[in-house]
Amino acid sequence: MNPAIQALFVIVGGVGGCIGYFYLSNLFLDKVLYPPSGPNAGRNINRANLIRPWLFLFPALFGLSLYLAYPVLATLWLSVHGKTGDFVGLDNYRTMASEGKFWESMRNNMLWLIVVPALSTAFGLLAAQLTDRIKWGNLAKSLIFMPMAISFVGASVIWKLIYDTRPEGSAQIGLLNALWLQFDGGIGSVIALKVVPALILISTIAAALFGIWALLSPLREVERRGHPGIVAVKIAVAALLAFVSYELVIWLVGTLTATLPYGTPQTFLSMPYWNSYFLMIVLVWIQTGFAMVILSAALRGVPEETIEAAILDGANPFQIFFQIKVPQIMPTVVVVWTTITIVVLKVFDIVLAMTNGQWETQVLANYMYDKLFRSLDWGVGSASAMIIMLLVTPILIWNVYNARKEMR
Amino acid sequence: MDNIAGKKSALQWAVHLSTALLVALWVLPTAGLLVSSFRTGDQIVTSGWWRALMTQESQLAAIRLGGEEVEKDGQFVIEGNLFDGQGAEISRWGTSSKEPEAYAAGETATLPDGQTLTVQAAGAFALASATTMADLRMPRVFVTAATPPDFTLGNYSNVISSPMAGQSIGEAFLNTLTVAIPSTIIPILVAAFAAYALAWMDFPGRPLLVAFVVALLVVPLQLALIPLLQLHNAIGIGKGYLGVWLAHTSFGMPMAIYLLRNYMAGLPRDIIENARVDGATDFQIFIKIILPLSFPVLASFAIFQFLWTWNDLLVALVFLGTGNDQQVLTGNLVNLMGSRGGDWEILSASAFVSIAVPLAVFFAMQKYLVRGLLAGSVK
Repeated sequence: MNPAIQALFVIVGGVGGCIGYFYLSNLFLDKVLYPPSGPNAGRNINRANLIRPWLFLFPALFGLSLYLAYPVLATLWLSVHGKTGDFVGLDNYRTMASEGKFWESMRNNMLWLIVVPALSTAFGLLAAQLTDRIKWGNLAKSLIFMPMAISFVGASVIWKLIYDTRPEGSAQIGLLNALWLQFDGGIGSVIALKVVPALILISTIAAALFGIWALLSPLREVERRGHPGIVAVKIAVAALLAFVSYELVIWLVGTLTATLPYGTPQTFLSMPYWNSYFLMIVLVWIQTGFAMVILSAALRGVPEETIEAAILDGANPFQIFFQIKVPQIMPTVVVVWTTITIVVLKVFDIVLAMTNGQWETQVLANYMYDKLFRSLDWGVGSASAMIIMLLVTPILIWNVYNARKEMR
Repeated sequence: MDNIAGKKSALQWAVHLSTALLVALWVLPTAGLLVSSFRTGDQIVTSGWWRALMTQESQLAAIRLGGEEVEKDGQFVIEGNLFDGQGAEISRWGTSSKEPEAYAAGETATLPDGQTLTVQAAGAFALASATTMADLRMPRVFVTAATPPDFTLGNYSNVISSPMAGQSIGEAFLNTLTVAIPSTIIPILVAAFAAYALAWMDFPGRPLLVAFVVALLVVPLQLALIPLLQLHNAIGIGKGYLGVWLAHTSFGMPMAIYLLRNYMAGLPRDIIENARVDGATDFQIFIKIILPLSFPVLASFAIFQFLWTWNDLLVALVFLGTGNDQQVLTGNLVNLMGSRGGDWEILSASAFVSIAVPLAVFFAMQKYLVRGLLAGSVK
């Protein structure tokens, strides 16, 4: 049978089946099992109302349990069992830990986890702030938001054309290489590729160091410390910022000392270390629109009085933005950040399509796919899946904690 | 707001400029691929897409001469045109790849086999020989020519009808449609009932169930691949559409329930209580009151789920299989990137066929998409 016709049947059958299930099960409950009439009417109504929620919930709960909750446990089980089904304890994890590719994936994933949410949120915030102030803002928003509709694979094709390399001497058709070949090592190149990046890096490092200071200085005084959990989070964020500034200092030294290969086309996707960043740009490009939409709504929700007061006090637009608006939308920034973090942890298509993990660009999700479906090593594959699960667990707990707080 | 502060113009200009720059950065990559998809393979590799509108001087791929031989003045002559009327203008030409620019337009070259060849600037050529050339291999001509901008729909008709990497895009398009549409419609219905129960019905364990749904919201679907594949094999579904539909339905469920519950919980309590007092059952309340009122959020979720199922690669790869008749658009595109990685005319057109539908949905229903995003994450 033609799959399209089959699909039509499924739509009709599925929708009809769903409606039929809900209708008939309710009918059965009301007419046959506990009819709200006769001598026991009151008791029957109560009993029917005890059962009804579960009729409504059953199909959804069944799907959720079987397709999401059960696999977590099954994957855990698979990860501690060998190929023949015998219990092997942590052997699979040990095998995984002895593989260079696994540690490469972990290192890359950590970079992805820092870079993509940070850049997407920053660009999103910038775009939100800019587009809210101009007449053609909605059009601009639409265009920045557009990559959201493009599949990761489609985005990979789009960006692969940007990164394309032709042999030296022939015309470059990749935008990045064409730009790169404009630089000839003259004074313009030094300004554009050394001075400007160095200034940007220095100011970023300064901002990160200021952030560390702002986070840690209140902790010296006991009475301003607050909740121990918050202290732990602050210290963790400060450590992360310290790591980022360390990395950026290395970049700064590299920028100032490296001799750049002017005039030769570069193969960006096989450049070790940097190629991971070229892949990250693709995801940042997709996710910025999401961050922009949410943050723009949050910015509009900032009470006008606070801004008016700041203007009357003589604050400039930058002070208004960083000291009045940003602190007030911080909870939304956290939501955006965690949502993008989850997307990053699952990123698979971009790496598969652009490099397939070659040239040291492997990430966990693609490593896992490799193990499961290419090496057919389900034990190690499941072990790496559990690592991904472990990484999302803090976000999971945080979300559940917040949801429960709201319910009360 | 800024008017109060007075000096506005300079800053306003900076805002306009930076926004324009940002928009350009975000649109250019897609625009590049779109422009490329309307150019011929030769044009794509000889010049960047940003030069598509300019006349460009470039060395074209070698052209092999051909045509009917005519006897004229005791000579055998083949006449014809190198281009089929594109208006290109040849500046230099040659007959060997070592010296592709040996002659100027209008000059006559003597070939190793004794024929003479003349090529005019407009592309007209005359190959003449004292003996018949019927058994000879026709010579190749290398030309450097200025070609005017030229766009074609050929790439699209090419990828839609003829199989690339074992499967035509048209077939993959149908497969994707077959995956996406049931996977969008069915979860809405199932989730709507569950969301109503979680929002408006009283029963023990309700907060716990909400927490359960919120927890499943972030569980990576990577964990589900092997256990579910085993399950599908055990109950006889194996790899096929049924498995994909079930998987997509369930993977979309936490988001659906979460979105719909948040929205339904915000509906006015009076309406529902009045209906209850009037003797409506929960089923009637749901169908007649809640469902129509929830239309905006249903639309939001439908768009999400459609974009997600249409753009998905992993679920389709694992649950549908990788055979040529089962590949969806994204899988087909990944295969093309592997096997036809340098053929940008094919890649770009294929990519746009797969991007077109989600983009159309996006621009048509953006309002609902934004609304859904906000309902899903802003508190």
